[in-house]
Amino acid sequence: MEIKFSDKTMELVQRIIKRYPEGKQKSALLPLLHLAQAEFDGWLSTDVMDYVASLLNIKPIEVYEVATFYSMYNLNPVGKCLIEVCQTGPCWLRGSDEIVEHIEKKLGIKNGETTPDGMFTLKTVECLGSCGTAPMLQCGATYYEDLTPEKVDKVLDDLREEGKRSAYVSSEQSAMNSQQ
Amino acid sequence: MGKQILLEHINVPGINTFDVYRKQGGYAAVEKALRTMTPEQVTEEVKESGLRGRGGAGFPAGLKWSFMDRKSDKPRYLVCNADESEPGTFKDRYLMEKIPHLLIEGMIASSYALGAKTSYIYIRGEYMYIVGILEKAIEEARAAGFLGKNILGTDYSLELYVHPGAGAYICGEETALLESLEGKRGNPRLKPPFPAIAGLYACPTVVNNVETIASVVSILNMTADKYNDMGIGKSTGTKLISASGHINKPGVYEIELGLPVEEFIYSDEYCGGIWKGRKLKAVVAGGSSVPILPASLILKTAKGEPRLMTYESLADGGFVSGTMLGSGGFIVMDETACIVRNLWTFTRFYHHESCGQCSPCREGTGWMEKVLHRIEHGHGHMEDIDLLVDVAKKIEGNTICPLGDAAAWPVASAIRHFRDEFEYHVKYPEKVKNPRHWEEALVGA
Repeated sequence: MEIKFSDKTMELVQRIIKRYPEGKQKSALLPLLHLAQAEFDGWLSTDVMDYVASLLNIKPIEVYEVATFYSMYNLNPVGKCLIEVCQTGPCWLRGSDEIVEHIEKKLGIKNGETTPDGMFTLKTVECLGSCGTAPMLQCGATYYEDLTPEKVDKVLDDLREEGKRSAYVSSEQSAMNSQQ
Repeated sequence: MGKQILLEHINVPGINTFDVYRKQGGYAAVEKALRTMTPEQVTEEVKESGLRGRGGAGFPAGLKWSFMDRKSDKPRYLVCNADESEPGTFKDRYLMEKIPHLLIEGMIASSYALGAKTSYIYIRGEYMYIVGILEKAIEEARAAGFLGKNILGTDYSLELYVHPGAGAYICGEETALLESLEGKRGNPRLKPPFPAIAGLYACPTVVNNVETIASVVSILNMTADKYNDMGIGKSTGTKLISASGHINKPGVYEIELGLPVEEFIYSDEYCGGIWKGRKLKAVVAGGSSVPILPASLILKTAKGEPRLMTYESLADGGFVSGTMLGSGGFIVMDETACIVRNLWTFTRFYHHESCGQCSPCREGTGWMEKVLHRIEHGHGHMEDIDLLVDVAKKIEGNTICPLGDAAAWPVASAIRHFRDEFEYHVKYPEKVKNPRHWEEALVGA
């Protein structure tokens, strides 16, 4: 399969690169990796990273070293919906471990695993800035807050029914899609 | 409720749109600055207000601005630090989501003061849904003539962009943030040179927190003198506090600095007291990195004076009996909270977030996490407790950036104030098997 952004994403890529001074196009790397992850099945393969490097005229290693540093980039395939449950102090105080346990039981997987149908991957993460509405989970760009086991059931059922791949960002969404 | 200046209009329907925000007096600070003041006068006003950086360090904002190299012929940049990642802190998220134009207005007025022609808002990647909110606000401001070429018909022009990160606490450290904005790993830089001399693209740069930038709007609107009248001593103005944990009303509250801690915890205007009718055990007052204090020391200082929500009062007693206001991430624990387990989650966090550049932090955070894990899970030894203190001491002050300190302080303070709880874990491993063992012991499983 040829790795290439859609025309619409390509327009957005050009707009993003123009936000930085000439010669400083490497600044666009993080936003572009988000777009790449969203467009190419939710993770960054070596081929995808090489493609992003070519768009920015930088060496592939410059992309690898960044992609391996930041926790939002997946370096291996993940389920359609990546379920990220916050585990840090304030969420723990309000019962995040019960939420993780509940999800593990409901989906029949452990933290870090993907359901056999490829629908869900469960990942515990560190503080997402939602401590006042703890416990919480993030799936794509959406925060699900003040969770109870019942709420979690509904969230998972709705996501399964929708059947769409979750993404932090896409050229279809408003995020990073300014007309500038 | 005390005086609100940042969140005054937060409940006005549609305040996230330009029209409603403008009707509530929005963008008057930009008009005032660009039409009636020089950039130096704006800087002077911020200096006189006594505003201190609201990200956590509390450094005087006007002073930071005055370090900006204005003689350099390179472009100058203002970068807003919206990488809010300190556990317990969610005030910037609230502000940007609910009243995005306040930040945009602050960015324009501050950029003007600093002579920046291009400015960036660096927002943590997990807040991606807010990127769209901010970009919409930027578009609206541009359409109304507050951004772009010749703002309000003056010769001042400004472009403002939102830049998402991708998951890294360390990028809240300003030089790591700049590295990240340049498309690199978020490894903090050695200082000097400070960003004011060589920051983004080696150009003079100021990095300010969201709330700091938003406060500039209030200062320009009400004048530095009036802002200075709020608060106590060197803690002027208001502060957004993110309240979380075992309280009846978690959320973001704007307080006038100087509010008694006791009132903040128990008043129905704020946290509304401890949940489930329980007793207060401990508080982490300024985000996960500041020293934890037991109930007795958070309500009153060691001298017996009421503890106030100010930089100075919270720090009273140093690290022996005091703490810090930090980012205002106020985490409350009731009598059933396990101090050891909570600390283990914090240390796991710092281990996860260490960038790996400095060995004391990279190795030390992992070591502390491992030791805390075994104590919490009933495999600890008595000498582990002093080992933790020793490792924490050897991280502190020995790293390029403050992440090492941030990881060390919670460990040192938890052992200082709750050593008996660590000893209990070592002595009675079978009793701590249930992660909620205090809850089990106190109120039944």
